[in-house]
Amino acid sequence: MATAYSSAKFVQPLSLNSTINGRSRDNSLFDPLKTGTSFLGSTRKLRVNSVHSNQGNVRRRLPVVAVSEVVKEKKLITKQEGLELYEDMILGRSFEDMCAQMYYRGKMFGFVHLYNGQEAVSTGFIKLLKKEDSVVSTYRDHVHALSKGVPARAVMSELFGKATGCCRGQGGSMHMFSKEHNLLGGFAFIGEGIPVATGAAFTSKYRREVLKEADCDHVTLAFFGDGTCNNGQFFECLNMAALWKLPIVFVVENNLWAIGMSHLRATSDPQIYKKGPAFGMPGFHVDGMDVLKVREVAKEAIERARRGEGPTLVECETYRFRGHSLADPDELRDPAEKARYAARDPITALKKYLIESSLASEAELKAIEKKIDEVVEDAVEFADESAPPPRSQLLENVFADPKGFGIGPDGRYRCEDPKFTEGTAHV
Amino acid sequence: MWGIIRQKVAAGGGSPVARIRPVVSNLRNYSSAVKQMMVREALNSALDEEMSADPKVFLMGEEVGEYQGAYKISKGLLEKYGPERVLDTPITEAGFTGIGVGAAYYGLKPVVEFMTFNFSMQAIDHIINSAAKSNYMSSGQISVPIVFRGPNGAAAGVGAQHSHCYAAWYASVPGLKVLSPYSSEDARGLLKAAIRDPDPVVFLENELLYGESFPVSAEVLDSSFCLPIGKAKIEREGKDVTITAFSKIVGLSLKAAEILAKEGISAEVINLRSIRPLDRSTINASVRKTNRLVTVEEGFPQHGVGAEICASVIEESFGYLDAPVERIAGADVPMPYAANLERMAVPQVEDIVRAAKRACYRSVPMAAAA
Repeated sequence: MATAYSSAKFVQPLSLNSTINGRSRDNSLFDPLKTGTSFLGSTRKLRVNSVHSNQGNVRRRLPVVAVSEVVKEKKLITKQEGLELYEDMILGRSFEDMCAQMYYRGKMFGFVHLYNGQEAVSTGFIKLLKKEDSVVSTYRDHVHALSKGVPARAVMSELFGKATGCCRGQGGSMHMFSKEHNLLGGFAFIGEGIPVATGAAFTSKYRREVLKEADCDHVTLAFFGDGTCNNGQFFECLNMAALWKLPIVFVVENNLWAIGMSHLRATSDPQIYKKGPAFGMPGFHVDGMDVLKVREVAKEAIERARRGEGPTLVECETYRFRGHSLADPDELRDPAEKARYAARDPITALKKYLIESSLASEAELKAIEKKIDEVVEDAVEFADESAPPPRSQLLENVFADPKGFGIGPDGRYRCEDPKFTEGTAHV
Repeated sequence: MWGIIRQKVAAGGGSPVARIRPVVSNLRNYSSAVKQMMVREALNSALDEEMSADPKVFLMGEEVGEYQGAYKISKGLLEKYGPERVLDTPITEAGFTGIGVGAAYYGLKPVVEFMTFNFSMQAIDHIINSAAKSNYMSSGQISVPIVFRGPNGAAAGVGAQHSHCYAAWYASVPGLKVLSPYSSEDARGLLKAAIRDPDPVVFLENELLYGESFPVSAEVLDSSFCLPIGKAKIEREGKDVTITAFSKIVGLSLKAAEILAKEGISAEVINLRSIRPLDRSTINASVRKTNRLVTVEEGFPQHGVGAEICASVIEESFGYLDAPVERIAGADVPMPYAANLERMAVPQVEDIVRAAKRACYRSVPMAAAA
């Protein structure tokens, strides 16, 4: 439990006790322990309750920290774990590279946002989850889907817009959903996924405490970028997650750029991990190009959430090797910066580590790469051969209730008319 | 200012043809002296001229500065006017829209760009409650000379959350003016009018039109060119059926009119230009002439722009209608991603042609053939 804190320096804000004693008389209005003030509400009952609970909080509250460089040395992993991590990252990379190829051949269209370079974050976090844990992502969600267990075939078909895709072609690149794998999307608007993730965490806690499902300890991970950290929804959810101690981990994939807007030009305080303690949760900053370091911090954060101790904010410093999307000319980023991060490629780093610590041989890693190549090729073939959605699918799934389209001119429910889903949507 | 040059070849004396060649100002004339301008350039030049004419005008939005605009509409403006007047904002629509409205309260003239109007939903509280209603709530003391602009409606393969059309949403709010240009002339004239207007204007562009070129006359290129807000344009005169449209659909309607002309139906195509205030008098005058109406829009059918036009025509010109009004809209489903489904969810030229024929009582099936 104490490993994360012991190995690094940390910033400790003043605890509530010392603040109160140190305040001058003028600020006694804000002193929750003083019963004379009417600040805490007008009814006597309310005041007594809140005073009581505040005293309890003051005694129990632990220092909330913002930690940088939390993991100095890599922890040991087994060969099994190492190969699993390597395979997952290679799958992410090959898949995204194939997406780029397919896009330029016209098989994929619309907005496609690739994840090259950030694989360590997805693999480091998601590989620690159980199947029932949820992941909420943004439009850069192909690799999150793959790490969570959605088959490559389903993701590729979805990108091609075929009926065999994970959303039957109705969602697309930015809207990947999978109920089976608890992947809750796939949101195009940044900041949109964070409240949804907070809600999923709320459900987990609710099921445990109100519905009395004692073993429900599902954790939710919310992935989002540096641009999102300036958005109001982010702060609102940090507040509520900490207030209600929800089992959620907020993972910031800080790749320093929001399309063409540098993080430093958009943010007053660029150190995102420090925003956690302001809301009462610990904030960690980790090197997101190193999957083993990410995995260590992820273990801490996920265990914390599982135990019911509340949310954590983890900022992963990472980089996207390609542009924001395949339509982005990517002219504003300095090539020297790109080269610096390319030298820290997470896959090469893991490969080097595995070979140097004799956990795996070159041949084994090459075999994995070959296997993944075949998986991705197979996914493309499958997607190519799949049929596009039938015309009748246009009107499906608008409502869960099939009577949602109302009553037609002949007085019967429209959904009961066999001709309703034929032809164009003449509703 | 009009600059119409006419060359008349004298008819008398032996030359067989008398030809009038208006070189400028008649946009349906594709003569070589008329300049072609992309909608993107039209918007850029309009912004440029308004910013240079009035130092109170400034542009703010995501990626408008160094990135030269997410769709390159604000290209070159950062170099010309500097970072104080072309502001790159963080991704906080609610925040920066509110900031724009506040600036407008105190006399500046912001142009707030939404990367797409879908993102305006994060800021819609400010557009409606802070901007649209302020003049009324303050009883005329605070006017809000702000322009909200950006691409609206469906693009190609961008999925459900990026393809919503907001014309009907914003046009239902009193206190807002809602404009939607089609050609470069519309784009230039309406954007200039919007920036000069003392009220909040929602300016709905279309991403797929940005790269299209249209011929523009010298009058349009003049820096004081302005189109009136609230006036529709009759793009093509006709006498059998009236087709109303705005934005990209005007192009499809013109193509449909060509096809209909070959079948003996003369269609009148009205480019609405202004959704709020809606030019009801032009629409009604047209319907009184043709006696049939087809409204076309890309957005969702229920409570859409077409619904309002149909109601207006029935209220004012019921006796003139020879056929039930036809309404064409996008499919009543969130926009699907798959290419074939997307094509079915948006009106196509064939849909407009079929509706016009139905209005003219030529028998056609209700739905498209497989």
